Amino acid sequence: MKRLLLSLVALGLALTAPAMAQEEQSTAPYAYRQLDDPAKETKAQDLMESLRCLQCQGQSIADSDAPIAGSMRSLVRERIAAGEDPEAIRAWLIERYGDYVSYAPQLTGLTWPLFAVPVFLMLIAFLLLRRRFTGKTGDAK
Amino acid sequence: MSDTPPRAPRWAIWLPLVLFLGFFVLVMIGLYRPADRNVASALVGKGMPRFDLPPALPGRPGLDSKILANGKPHLVNVFASWCVPCRVEAPQLGELAKAGVPIEGISVRDTTENLQGFLEENGDPFQRIGADDDGKVQLALGSSGVPETYVVDGKGKIVYQHIGEIRPEHLGLLLGKLREAQQ
Repeated sequence: MKRLLLSLVALGLALTAPAMAQEEQSTAPYAYRQLDDPAKETKAQDLMESLRCLQCQGQSIADSDAPIAGSMRSLVRERIAAGEDPEAIRAWLIERYGDYVSYAPQLTGLTWPLFAVPVFLMLIAFLLLRRRFTGKTGDAK
Repeated sequence: MSDTPPRAPRWAIWLPLVLFLGFFVLVMIGLYRPADRNVASALVGKGMPRFDLPPALPGRPGLDSKILANGKPHLVNVFASWCVPCRVEAPQLGELAKAGVPIEGISVRDTTENLQGFLEENGDPFQRIGADDDGKVQLALGSSGVPETYVVDGKGKIVYQHIGEIRPEHLGLLLGKLREAQQ
């Protein structure tokens, strides 16, 4: 299933962006190399999984083989190795690319419905169901 | 009529169909007019980040961002030899250079040999070319691909970002932005 999805994504990319068929080597040092410290690597991995690749936009930079994703992984790993806080790195990228680069939406004036609507729907469902379960008498004619 | 009157109004029977058609139309619009997938830099209107890139070619200057605040508007072109649209925009960059626009290059994830070959083949409109081997400066600029071209005013502020190749029809627009930046 996953493979089918991946090939569908690949097909979609091939159809929409033929210009992406570019060959080159990523020369960023930590694009494909893990950090030696496993704790830091885990931290970096967690952050990389929640950052969007700017070229293959359905993928995180941890999953993407696009060259720019390699550069972003290297940036994340080098900064984590230097002791920077993961959220500071995310903020640095958002400052440059906008909220779009992050898969972890922030609560802002624009995004609050994202958080409010589920709560609101649950509330409505609860009220409706309560009427159905308890309000048989009120419903009968 | 029957003895159990219908609970819902008669038109309600069409509701699922109408909802389905609405959904169908939405999908079709999405299919035939996909959204713009370009990720614009959030730095437009802000200062150019500071960087100092080593020369991409021996004997040629590298690119220090200080030069972008020398009082004259510049074009900063983010490119690579491995990028096909960069070949498409080369003639337009050549024309801009001929018109006297200072063009600075940031060569992303490239090698000296490939870059030399690319410039021999497509012309060299650049005053300086900085080598951004690990793509860090590209990320610092908020650039999400190649080619991209930034119009920087004489004070080092990014006033415009052109995403994708510069086609002949974009020349007027870019020259206009440069003129605006001069004022």
